[in-house]
Amino acid sequence: MSAVIQSAPPRRERDFAIGWADAGPFLALAALLVIGFLINPDFLSSTNLSNVITRSAFIAIIAVGATFVISSGGLDLSVGSMAAFITGVMIMFMNGMVPHLGTWSVPAGMAIALLAGIACGLVNGLIVTVGKIEPFIATLGTMGIFRALITYLSDGGTIPIDRSLREAYRPVYFGTVAGIPIPILISLAVAAIGSFILYKTKYGRKCAAVGANADVARYSGISIIKTRTIAYLIQGACVAIAAICYVPRLGAATPTTGLLWELQVITAVVIGGTALRGGKGHIWGTVAGAVILELIANLMVLSDFVSEYLVAAVQGVIIIIAMLIQRFSNSK
Amino acid sequence: MLRAEGLSKQYGPVTVLSDVTLDVRAGEIHAIIGENGAGKSTLMRLISGYAHPSDGKLFVDGSSMRFSTPHQAQDAGIVLVHQEILLAEGLTVAENLFLGRELTRGGLVDDRTMRRIAADKLAELGCHVSPNALVRDVALADRQLIQIARALLDAHKLVIFDEPTAVLTGDEVERLLEIILRLKAQDIGVLYISHRLDEVQRLADRLTVLRDGKMVGTFPGRTLSQMDMAELMVGRELSALYPPRGDMARGAPMLSVRNATVPGYAEDISFTVHKGEVLGFAGMIGAGRTELFEGIVGLRPAQAGVELNGTPIHIRSQREAIDAGIGYLTEDRKAKGLLLNERLAPNLTLSALQRFHPALAMNKRRETGALDSAIQSYDIRVKNLKVNAGQLSGGNQQKLLLAKILLTDPSVVIIDEPTRGIDIANKAQIYAFIRQLVGAGKACIVISSEMQELIGICDRILVMRQGRINGEVAGEAMTESNIALLATAEADVSRAALGGHS
Repeated sequence: MSAVIQSAPPRRERDFAIGWADAGPFLALAALLVIGFLINPDFLSSTNLSNVITRSAFIAIIAVGATFVISSGGLDLSVGSMAAFITGVMIMFMNGMVPHLGTWSVPAGMAIALLAGIACGLVNGLIVTVGKIEPFIATLGTMGIFRALITYLSDGGTIPIDRSLREAYRPVYFGTVAGIPIPILISLAVAAIGSFILYKTKYGRKCAAVGANADVARYSGISIIKTRTIAYLIQGACVAIAAICYVPRLGAATPTTGLLWELQVITAVVIGGTALRGGKGHIWGTVAGAVILELIANLMVLSDFVSEYLVAAVQGVIIIIAMLIQRFSNSK
Repeated sequence: MLRAEGLSKQYGPVTVLSDVTLDVRAGEIHAIIGENGAGKSTLMRLISGYAHPSDGKLFVDGSSMRFSTPHQAQDAGIVLVHQEILLAEGLTVAENLFLGRELTRGGLVDDRTMRRIAADKLAELGCHVSPNALVRDVALADRQLIQIARALLDAHKLVIFDEPTAVLTGDEVERLLEIILRLKAQDIGVLYISHRLDEVQRLADRLTVLRDGKMVGTFPGRTLSQMDMAELMVGRELSALYPPRGDMARGAPMLSVRNATVPGYAEDISFTVHKGEVLGFAGMIGAGRTELFEGIVGLRPAQAGVELNGTPIHIRSQREAIDAGIGYLTEDRKAKGLLLNERLAPNLTLSALQRFHPALAMNKRRETGALDSAIQSYDIRVKNLKVNAGQLSGGNQQKLLLAKILLTDPSVVIIDEPTRGIDIANKAQIYAFIRQLVGAGKACIVISSEMQELIGICDRILVMRQGRINGEVAGEAMTESNIALLATAEADVSRAALGGHS
């Protein structure tokens, strides 16, 4: 009997693998900055960098929400068309409110956008959880629905924002605080709140448990329906925040707003180190992933090596490499 | 025919098998027995090429062999019939038989020939399913036969059976034993691993006993009684494994269940467990015990009248069961009990998040404290606190799971298969914990397929058969034969048989 007690369980040290998943996206980001500087010193100029990061803010904000959905074992393909739909609803509401509220219709429109985002998230969440439909199929369906709705609302054209609101709304995208563009500040705030929820609250723990093993979560008394639905609500709210930042950039909603954002969002999450099959989420990795995607596009424009028409191809290569790295660091 | 000399296997610093020497002759049935974790399966994996020995040699027909894949072992005429049923459910019987080695004619798959051969092979084994049937629609016992047919499709000199009767019922076991005796008559060597000592006694020409990865010895068949075999396996008097029963009188009724029905699994079941009592649930695999309790704690649809301490309660989800004070430990700790890729502390507090972190943010210090005290009081052996739950040994995982459930402070603890796949030292500890629980005024329900275990720790045992309670035994009447009878035969008959005892 004593022989049994002494035999220690088999154990492998794999701390380095865990460390890689955490640090990987930031190492990649740093490497990209160095390469960028070598190719074209203008790349590291503060104007260029702040432009690039500002452009990546939409994807980063939505991807923070997607980190929750993916961590809980779901997937949301509808984020791009949801962003377009919310943008359209918001602009139409603001334009309609101008006679009554004047410039106050801007904050009112933002509130409506948030409500619309949460409602869209609720629809996705309920179809997936209560309807028990594969997230891929469910959100493929709502992706088509949202896209069709914005096309219908805009009559195939554009929904421009009312002239009287342009000036009032402009700073949300173009303004700066202490020299830092507002979209960057907003995405940092969203990521900070997101990481607080995911790492420091009970909900975050439940979210990762449901994604890692739904059976264990169920046997531990965690409601899978509630947990997954809340993840989709968070996703909806994040899409709304991104839409709010996006409106002043072009000042209009069109049927092509947010086209293919879902792919960039999922790419950012995966590059950031969150496993697509669910489990532990990496919020800051996701943000780094979003910045990496935009930096690569920028780098290809600034350099002459590769045509910028191939940006999507390079991003595709990157997502495949990220998945391969995950595969091999897991199988060690 | 096959000879293994000094086989050893180490995983990292852990030796799971050391210096095992045995041989199998043609036309002989050689049985391997041992407790869970004694190294039986490891030995089989080494012989059939699924793992490499760290040390030692294998000889087939006198020539030394090294198998690096199961295919090489198959080429040498050694086939393994797995313990688990490994068939593709969505394919037909014939397709499963030839999976990965389809017969072709002119480059195309030759379905007709494969179906004909499949039908012949199955008929030989006394299995009368159509080769065109989907495996999904085939009964469990027939699947086992299909699996055997698949193994016997290769030219074979030695067939290894890894607990083939674990999922079979009486008649089906008989059929299987006949098949094995027929193989022996064909001058084929058989290595037979089983928990069921009565089968070993009937079949084995010789038997080898393993304990803690070491060889106890090889004995001629039919010279040992089942009790002798059991003591050789355990290596000491069996009674010492179990803690003494408290002399506490049984207290007030704590949990009583009336007319519980889980559609498809259990019907009209009523029982009461008292404060300070360990109530056992025995029965064959598939008798509906696990499903019954999963229904009672809200994990699957069920109707039941449940009273806790005299108050009727209505449980619709596992959360409500936990909050009411009923803790359920799943039998499947790897798939349903623990997050294997998570650290220990998040695993420990997962069921009790609200209790542990009443505020918005989680309280890390409190969590670490809980882990420290759980490791102390349940004797969970870890090198450091940063390992994942999956890196613990089975016994330590089970203790962690027990700690996790008890953190929710239940008054009734339901433990499904408390010691499945864990070594004997940990078993003894778990039994002691169960006694401590009821000593502290809780009630405990133990579901187990190991009759010895139930007899050792329970005050009273209910036996289920085909979704119903088929009888109750307590005190002196708690014997393996009484339980086995109730588990397999109709109650009316068994009552007549029991009359002699009471």
